Order: sequence, then structure tokens, then C-alpha cells
Amino acid sequence: MVLTDIPTKVVYKRPEALDPRVTHYCPGCTHGVAHRLVAEVLEEMGQVENTIGVASVGCSVFAYNYFEFDFVEAAHGRAPAMATGIKRVLPDRMIFTYQGDGDLASIGMGEIVGAASRGEKITVVFINNANYGMTGGQMAPTTLPNQKTTSSPTGRDVERQGYPIQTAELLSTLGGAVYVVRRSLHSSREVRRAKQAIRTAFEVQKHDLGFSLVELLSTCPTNWGMTPVEARDWIEERMLTYYPLGDYKVSPAVADLKI
Amino acid sequence: MAKELIKGNTAVAEAALRAGLEAYFGYPITPQTELLEHLSARMPELGRPFVQAESELGAINMVYGAACTGKRVMTSSSSPGVSLMMEGLSYIAGTEVPAVLVDVVRGGPGLGNIAPAQGDYNQIVHGGGHGDYHLIVLAPASVQEAVDLTVLAFDLAEKYRNIVAVLLDGSIGQMMEPAELPPMQPLKTETPDWAVRGTQGGEKRILTSINLDPPAQEVMNLRLMKRWQEIEKNEIRYKTYFMDDAEYVVVGFGTAGRVSLSAVRAAREKGIKVGLLRPITVAPFPKNVLDELTEKVKAFLVVEMNAGQMLEDVRLVVRGRKPVEFFGRMGGVVPFPDEVLTEIERLVEGSLTTEGHPRDRWLSRLSETIG
Repeated sequence: MVLTDIPTKVVYKRPEALDPRVTHYCPGCTHGVAHRLVAEVLEEMGQVENTIGVASVGCSVFAYNYFEFDFVEAAHGRAPAMATGIKRVLPDRMIFTYQGDGDLASIGMGEIVGAASRGEKITVVFINNANYGMTGGQMAPTTLPNQKTTSSPTGRDVERQGYPIQTAELLSTLGGAVYVVRRSLHSSREVRRAKQAIRTAFEVQKHDLGFSLVELLSTCPTNWGMTPVEARDWIEERMLTYYPLGDYKVSPAVADLKI
Repeated sequence: MAKELIKGNTAVAEAALRAGLEAYFGYPITPQTELLEHLSARMPELGRPFVQAESELGAINMVYGAACTGKRVMTSSSSPGVSLMMEGLSYIAGTEVPAVLVDVVRGGPGLGNIAPAQGDYNQIVHGGGHGDYHLIVLAPASVQEAVDLTVLAFDLAEKYRNIVAVLLDGSIGQMMEPAELPPMQPLKTETPDWAVRGTQGGEKRILTSINLDPPAQEVMNLRLMKRWQEIEKNEIRYKTYFMDDAEYVVVGFGTAGRVSLSAVRAAREKGIKVGLLRPITVAPFPKNVLDELTEKVKAFLVVEMNAGQMLEDVRLVVRGRKPVEFFGRMGGVVPFPDEVLTEIERLVEGSLTTEGHPRDRWLSRLSETIG
């Protein structure tokens, strides 16, 4: 058999909604995976030209350079408020925020709780990597107990520095939030499950059902001081205990969605 | 359209709505709240978005988002709330999108009180937010003027892709006066070219205030500054009263200007040749007219409901060529016309100087009065 006889089929290609440029993300960081999942989902839903993204402050501050559709860039933590403003005047567009844990769960806690409780029909892609990545690995609201960071050099002491915030659990208590789940990006299987969740979250918005959020456990090998493989294992061994994967809020209307 | 007796805050809200306001985002704070309350009923009636935000931070960033779509949007607040909005104002300015802010100023600093004041002059006119940017600041002295300037605010914001602030003091917001409201304008149908909308098959648009390349950021700053020069050339507004033969000039904006006008009238009845300059745009500041007056008159009296914030802008123009005196009340105290009249008489009778600082002289006089 010669090679040319093998029938070829495209099973994997870069989504056109992603700019082909090299990103500024570190090797082994899962931001790129999360970007790709968002792009694939919007493409599959035929929504790329109808979407406006809201970037936040953190490593993903330049997310708008990598997506091939309209974007705005919010102040630190304010992306859900900015998304609210856009969605209210353009209700037939898909509006999503892409936020890290320092942005969403620390400085932006007021804005995310406000948007979720009002049931803003926006989608939030929330990256939880247990530290402030962009500023060089400081303690975040999501940093685990005893985890060493540049601002908790001897490990997070919960007596002095408090406890990590379980964002999906917290937001799932709010009436306007109809789809709140946690997924992880540390293995192929979990990446596929994350994509399904992102798809559901955007379908929730498309069907005007309310506020949707997907929390994604993500790696930060550079600031964690690990190789990419070690970082994946660290999610599995350490983060999953404190941040169990699961569906924290799926309203009956969302459960009835046929995707 | 006939005049009606209407409260300042309500009048501004209704004027904004009739000027084609497409979305309002706000947070309750006295003495501004009637503005938000009026729109909470009227906007949904017309099928237009109204959101009571979780905070002033939320409100200004909702405005930021909606402004990026090119819609006519506004928020309103009062001094402590506006302080919270400074971050958002800087971002909006840095993204060059139009927005309107109504600030109904109250006594400060801190939580202060809910009485009328002008202590926000510095944070609004000289920018409380970071970076080099300017707001166009309109300062009405009556409910009617507040209505008219609110309509103008939207036009100027869009013309220059700049934030326009309507700076009311609490008394204009809370006072009822006869005013004629504008006719209902249709909503805009065109989306500006720069606005985000979803590519809809066209080019991708990014609206952002970040620019990590300093030379490129400097070019952006230069563009903002040149635009401001253009605004300074085109948009100065002020009113003068009794100026033809004036030897002395009172300078005051908003309610302080209005109280001063009563004092100037009383002084004229006593034969004192005094006039009033009332800046309507406190930014851009009416420098040229003040400069011309400096050549003609004997002395100035600046009257404000703060500790002399606009005073510094007046002094920059007068540059010691003529004596400048100051009279202010702070912390939510509104000056009476007879207090200003006393100051005018002191100006005429007193030994004037260009030495020292007028604030120091005023503070020593005020200390004797209020201890």
C-alpha cells in the first residue's frame, strides 16, 4: 500500500474564529485550550459574527487579539458590568466575559454577583488557576491552603490569609444564575467535558434563559514552578479536592435544552 | 411646549430621555435619586434598558459597555458615588467613546452630607481619574438651563467622542422651577463606524484602553489633547451680567453664580459698578473672556460653594495683574446674597492687593465668623 491510497479526512483543524498568531501565553498554560473551546463552540453554533467578547485584566487581557470577532476590554473585575451594558442594548448578540480568578473572585466579586443575581443573559468563562498569573504568581482568592505563592511565601495560612473562594458553589445560590458548573482542563477527557459545558452555557444565552458560568480549573506552570505535565497532575491531585468538578446549578429549563 | 413646575433631577431625567437616551445605568444616592427613580418608570415604558446597578462601579462600567455599541447612554450620581466612578471615567476617556454623566454635587469630603455644594469641581474638571484626559463640564444655574444643557451634553459627547458631565449642585437637583422640556427626539438609527456590534460579516472591531507600547500610547494621548484644544476653541459657553461699565467682576458658576447675581443686582442698586461672569462650561474654562476682563476691570471676586477650586483657574488667567478675592462656603452651606454683597462692598472699599493668596485672607475672615 502506498501512502497516497490512504483516504484522508480532516478530524482536527484550527477554528477560523481563532487568529492564527502565536499567543503570549506560557508553554503548558491552558488559556489557549480554553480560547480554542470558546472559538469552536461559537463556530459550531454559527454565532461568531454575532458575538461580542469582553476581555478582563490578567493574563487574558489580550484575549481580544486571538479571537476573530468584536471585543471590548474591561477594567479589572468589571467585565460583567460591561457585558451587562452591551447585552442590555444589543439583546440579540452573544455576549461573554472571559475572566481569571483574581479578576472575577477578588476585585470583581461585586460585579459578578450583581450580574448573576440579576440574571443577565450573558455567559462567563471563568479561569481558575489558583494564583494571579499576570503579575507573577501572587496569592489569589482561589489559592489553596498552604499553597506557596510570591505573596504567601511560606504557604497560604488560612488563619491569617483566609480561605479560598469556591466560586461556582457561591454563585449557584443566586436566583438569576441558571447554569453554573465547574470543569477542568487537565486531561483530554476533561477538556471534552469542558467543551460540552461551554456549549451548554452559550445555548443558555441563545435561548434567553439567564446567567451562565463555566469555571475551568487551569494550569499555570510558570508561576506554580512546575513542568506542564506536573501542573496537570497538580490539578488532579490538589485542586480537584478543594474544587470538585460538577454541575452546581442547572435550572429545569436548562436541563430541558436539546443540544 | 408649555412650561411646567418640575424638580431639577426629574427635569434632567426627562430631558435626557427626550434627547434619545437609549440606556440608563445608575445607583441610588441623595440628592440625585429622583433622577434614577424617574427613569426607572419612564425607560421601561418606552422599552429602553434601565438597570439599577450593584454599585457606582457597576453603573459606570455598564455605561462603558453600552457606550462601546455607540448608543446614547448615561449615568447619574452624587459626589461620593462619582468618586467611585473615576476609574470607569478614565477607561471611557481612554477608549474614546461618548458618554454622559450627571453629578448632583453634595457636601464633602467623605460621606459629608446631602446639602448642595460645589466640592466636585476639582474631581470633575481636573480629572479624578488617572491619566491625561478632560471631561467637557456643563454647569447649569437653573432647572431650565439644566434641561437645555442635558440635551446639549449628548450632542457634544457624540461630536467629540468625549465624556460630558452635567455638574449640578444639589440645590439645582432638588429645586422645583418652571421649565420647558424639549420635544421627544427619535432614537438614533445609525451605528457609528467605530462601535462594536458583532462583525456581522464585516471587519472585527476592538475597543480598549490598553496600549503597552509607550510611543503608541503617546500618539493616542496626543490625539486626546488635540481634540481638547479643538473643544476649547469651539465649545466655550458663559454668561455675563451688568458687564458694560463694570469695574469689579464677580465670577461664579451654578448656584454660587445665581446667588452672586442677586448680590450684584443689590450692589447695582447701591450704585456699585459690578458685573458677573458665570461660566457655563467650567471645562473648557472661559479663559479668553476672563483675560479680556482682566485688562478692563479693577478687581475680581470669585464665589464658590467650596474652598476655592475654580479660584485657581481664575488666578491662572489673571496672573496677578489684578487683585482677586475669594468668598466661599463649604460643607453644604449655601451662601446668602447679602454675604456676597458684603464681600462686593469690601472689595470696593477695601485695600486691594495682589500679594499673598486670596484663600488665606478668606479663611481668616471665615474663621472669625464660624469659628
